[in-house]
Amino acid sequence: MKLIKVEHAYKIYKNGTTAIADLSVTIDKGEFVFVIGSTGSGKSTFIKMLYREEKPTRGKVIVGGIDVAKLRNSKVYKLRRKLGVVFQDFKLLPKLNVYENVAFALETLGLPNNEIRPKVLRAIEAVGLKEKTRNLPSELSGGEQQRVAIARALANDPKLLICDEPTGNLDPDTSKEIMKILDSINRTMGTTIIMATHDKDLVNRMKKRVLVIEDGVLASDVKKGSYKVHESVKDSK
Amino acid sequence: MKALRILSRSIRDSFKSVFRNFSLSIASILCTTITLILVAVAIFLSYNVHEVTTTLEHELTIVVYYKQDVTDEQKIELENALKTMDNVDSYETKSKDEWKAEMQKESDTLKTTLDYLEENPLLDSVIVTVKNVSDLSETANRIREFDFVSSAEYGEGMVENVIGIFDAISWGTFGMVIALVLVTAFLISNTIKLTIFSRKTEIEIMRLVGASNSAIKLPFIFEGFILGVFGSIIPILISIYGYVLLYNKTGGYVFTKIITLVEPFPFVIILALILLLIGSLVGMFGSWRAVRKYLKI
Repeated sequence: MKLIKVEHAYKIYKNGTTAIADLSVTIDKGEFVFVIGSTGSGKSTFIKMLYREEKPTRGKVIVGGIDVAKLRNSKVYKLRRKLGVVFQDFKLLPKLNVYENVAFALETLGLPNNEIRPKVLRAIEAVGLKEKTRNLPSELSGGEQQRVAIARALANDPKLLICDEPTGNLDPDTSKEIMKILDSINRTMGTTIIMATHDKDLVNRMKKRVLVIEDGVLASDVKKGSYKVHESVKDSK
Repeated sequence: MKALRILSRSIRDSFKSVFRNFSLSIASILCTTITLILVAVAIFLSYNVHEVTTTLEHELTIVVYYKQDVTDEQKIELENALKTMDNVDSYETKSKDEWKAEMQKESDTLKTTLDYLEENPLLDSVIVTVKNVSDLSETANRIREFDFVSSAEYGEGMVENVIGIFDAISWGTFGMVIALVLVTAFLISNTIKLTIFSRKTEIEIMRLVGASNSAIKLPFIFEGFILGVFGSIIPILISIYGYVLLYNKTGGYVFTKIITLVEPFPFVIILALILLLIGSLVGMFGSWRAVRKYLKI
């Protein structure tokens, strides 16, 4: 079943730069997809269009049945509730502890306390931070902080988890740990994961679907792909 | 229920934010306090001036003197004319004999003088009370048109001057209140702007997890409201206790018995409610302005 359907999508910025040009792709429910490409390739714009941080100039971007291009600013929250987003810089609130950081997302949505507690604890457990619920972000390592961010993204049981270079600030061992967690979430919860990354080793090791975006177009789409695809695309230019 | 939870969360967050940005909040609260104290003084002045004007309006009369040779028919003619004049509230006739008796009672010298004279030199008169003091001169002029009227006087010049001064005071204070309200709204707006900047990550996360626009904006609007309400507490206390004290100390009169103060109750209660309303509205307006300008969702 299709969770994401992108049809002839374009993103042209006001200064005339074409970030995405005629991009079409579909992603099924439960898939784990890497999005790779060099800096300025349009990879981030593509990711941002999925959670409507950027609006496509033309074409269709349908996420979970919602047409992102037609979504008004005041209704964006409806899309965001269906997905979770994880960033390179974690975006945690420094004065809140692990539990509060995860609960913050659900409190914002107006969920009652008796629903928030089990959801938060489940999400924290899924990322293996049960022992550190009362710790502040400053008392955690980079990997642990990213795990908190993942827990927060997962707390509301999203169908889709969008990760924008989540291992960009982490050392190789910690990156592996994060990937293990994401893989487990994908397998056990069935959450669709789309991850933009530059990490060659991770992509090669995971053997997942790889979308290569170069100069705003989808240069290749390979099941169980690797970073080699990306390099061959670059070499052929 | 969900909306209620979001509302209570917004209020909780607003209070937290007021204390988190304590120095800024104190600055806004102090500014609101100073403004509202001046607003209270302005309202106090203009309301009391209004009261004095109204009192004057009720007390000011036109004293009409007939000529010596006036006939009874002519007197009736004027009285009938007064009945048809819109601005005439009431009138009272006072004969020259009544004037004489009154004067003789007031002073011994006058009594001796008047007793000495064979004929009463005073004139028959009518005392006219008007409805609207600003049309006083027009009414007096209409009365003067009658041939048998010797004079129609009301202290011309002085009355117009007093009313002019009172009007100027009212407009001046009104202008001052508007200017101060705007300054306060601007300062609160600035405080909320800084709050928005300091809570940038929080707002970003709220947007990402799917908080609705109103859920993101509400805490800031409430924060402005709280700053406005906190800022109005001291002015309200000063107004209530200060005015009651002033009233009791002066016995309700300022300088002369003509200028009387309004009774403290319910005036101070209404004044307190007005201050609270202005404080909270200015606070909300300031934060709304900042949210609209700086909170891009």
